[in-house]
Amino acid sequence: MTKTRDREVWKSLRGIPEIYQNKVPPMDALRVFDIMAKARALEERLRKISKTEHGYFWVGGTGEEAFNVPLGLLVQKGQGPAFDYLHLHYRSGAILTAMGMPMIDAVRQMCSRATDRFSGGRNFVHHYSIPAWNVVPVSSTIETQYTMAPGTALAQKRFGGTGITIVNGGDAGTSEGDFATCLNWSSIPGRELPVLILVVNNQWGISTPFSEIRGEQTAIQRCGSYGIRWETVDGNDPTASWNALSAAIAYVRDTRKPFGLEAAVSRLHGHSSSSGGARVDEPDCFEAFKGQLIEQGTASEDQLETIYIGHEDEARKAFETVVREPLPTPDTIYDHIFAEENSWQP
Amino acid sequence: MATIAQAIRLALHVGETRLGVTDILGEDVGPPLGGVFTVTQGLKTAWNSPLDERGIIGTAMGLALAGQRCVAEIQFCDYVFNTIDLLKLAGSSHWSSMGQFVLPMVVMTPVGAGIHGSLYHSHSFDSMMTHIPGWKVVLPSTARDCYGLMISAIRDPNPVMFLYPKALVRAQGKDKIPGEPDNPRTLSKMIDAPLGDRSSWIPNWPVLPDFSIPIGTANILKSGCDLTVVTYGRHAPLCHSIANKLGDEGISAEVIDLRSLYPYDWETIASSVRKTRRFLQVNEDGAITNFGEHLIRRITEELFYELEAPPKLVAARAIPGIGLAWPLEQATVPQPDDVEQAIRELANLSA
Ligand SMILES: Cc1ncc(C[n+]2csc(CCOP(=O)(O)OP(=O)(O)O)c2C)c(N)n1
Ligand SMILES: [Mg+2]
Repeated sequence: MTKTRDREVWKSLRGIPEIYQNKVPPMDALRVFDIMAKARALEERLRKISKTEHGYFWVGGTGEEAFNVPLGLLVQKGQGPAFDYLHLHYRSGAILTAMGMPMIDAVRQMCSRATDRFSGGRNFVHHYSIPAWNVVPVSSTIETQYTMAPGTALAQKRFGGTGITIVNGGDAGTSEGDFATCLNWSSIPGRELPVLILVVNNQWGISTPFSEIRGEQTAIQRCGSYGIRWETVDGNDPTASWNALSAAIAYVRDTRKPFGLEAAVSRLHGHSSSSGGARVDEPDCFEAFKGQLIEQGTASEDQLETIYIGHEDEARKAFETVVREPLPTPDTIYDHIFAEENSWQP
Repeated sequence: MATIAQAIRLALHVGETRLGVTDILGEDVGPPLGGVFTVTQGLKTAWNSPLDERGIIGTAMGLALAGQRCVAEIQFCDYVFNTIDLLKLAGSSHWSSMGQFVLPMVVMTPVGAGIHGSLYHSHSFDSMMTHIPGWKVVLPSTARDCYGLMISAIRDPNPVMFLYPKALVRAQGKDKIPGEPDNPRTLSKMIDAPLGDRSSWIPNWPVLPDFSIPIGTANILKSGCDLTVVTYGRHAPLCHSIANKLGDEGISAEVIDLRSLYPYDWETIASSVRKTRRFLQVNEDGAITNFGEHLIRRITEELFYELEAPPKLVAARAIPGIGLAWPLEQATVPQPDDVEQAIRELANLSA
């Protein structure tokens, strides 16, 4: 490699190449609605639990379902580099619901039960870890997932096949250098990596509006400086999200190169239970989609309401089961410090 | 015999040819340089990363999560500090996932003063690193120990922090690494990259039989009965030679090179202290919230009635940095005279 290279200056890398847009399969609208309803019902239940003595902190993705459900449906699900790796954050619940996570798994973590299959009662709700689906441990540390994504993607590029790495996080977090790390390490010349770099932009970082502390219009446009193609999408529209995600994922699977996609979404219950978790006045993707389906004659209001009530029922039953389950016992705090048994010493 | 730089290189060669190492990554670790301390010369899986420590640690974690084996280098430990939350994450992922995920990864980085490194090439990282649970931490002081512990670090299913004393990187060891040629010049011809154009150079690796040193085992450099000196890194050979000198005067110090800081060899320390009843810990990290303080706390709690004198710590002054001018560095990190004086005082204190 020579020290200096003549490089074209990338004027605009916006847009998904047409060949990938042309191949997008049609979305099954009722199926997407059904899962959005399930994710919403679950999230509402989780938020309510945070107000009881059975749970503490709630944070979640109410308002992101229209983007997250299509995403979850498009994941190549499995274990190891042949499948997609997921580096998620605390608003990713609907992705996992779409992938098939039983409601009770999230409820168990919300209630910090010993039966919590992600963290055994150790971590907050929506902090998953699922080896069978390549869902690596979710951490509360904003943006660290963006530093790890190139590592799993490198393993996938080396392995061959069509598995990609999907990394997901909020808008405010992209101010961290870790976002630039992801862009840089995914786009090393000749060693580009199959990473779908997502930004879910709700225009807020807790209480600070994006426009107050950022000069850019979008976070994802920074991809252009790294030679990475990028696009934005209305994340409140499930069909637009399905189309953009399908095409972007097909591009990454096929070219083995990164792609950046930013979705505009709502944050319907504020940041978390710490700020009260009360409903705010922002567009609601779930209600809007419901209205659209009724208007198009795809289903009646009653039918859609029945679907939601069914999921609500399941969420409540899951909670009733979980409250009878035990909390982890104090003697377990030393479990799993190291990967060998009995190797811990004070 | 091999230098520490050569020993680590040999172990990494074994790693990438026999232990499944897929990536050796870091700033300037790939060709042509092979690391600012030449530790990664001639290795086939070594590649130059962006100048981004968080990227190095994060990518190593991703590689580990996806079943790869990597050794990541932070060029100087002085620059590892902006990765601390990622190190914490690497150390907690097995625990937070109830053992469902493992992160087998090695991070290596040179530590300590002694090379006129001023503020940002003299840091120690042992106290900070032993405060990050879920990691194993080693700090060997000889070429043979570096070799043997690097092999164990690569094999370990957990994250391992491999610290090595930068001031000793080019010092030749006394003990041979199994398989190493008898003549150091032969080894140098085989595995040191030539000066100038290296584009067509390939190393000629010696045949190395299986050999490793288990993590968690200390090495008694010199046995003695008057006091126990526990040390590691650059101060291990220093304490050893002072103890030898004082031995001629009738002060019998037992010198233990801890080698592994976590988990550490408590049995070796405790049985030595039971025998000598006096304890000195020497390291070059800052004296406040120092790893040696932990050892002293544990000795005080568990062996108090065995002691004949208060345990003692010789460590660096707790000041913002290590000054460049030699008198400043000397006044800051423990020097031979400081160690000698501490040993004399402790040996002569009566109960
Ligand atoms: C490194 C780090 N800094 C600060 C925090 C505290 N914190 C939690 S969420 C958050 C805002 C994140 O905003 P954004 O990235 O836009 O994601 P959103 O919550 O809006 O989905 C902050 C500052 C944290 N968890 N991690
Ligand atoms: Mg936000």
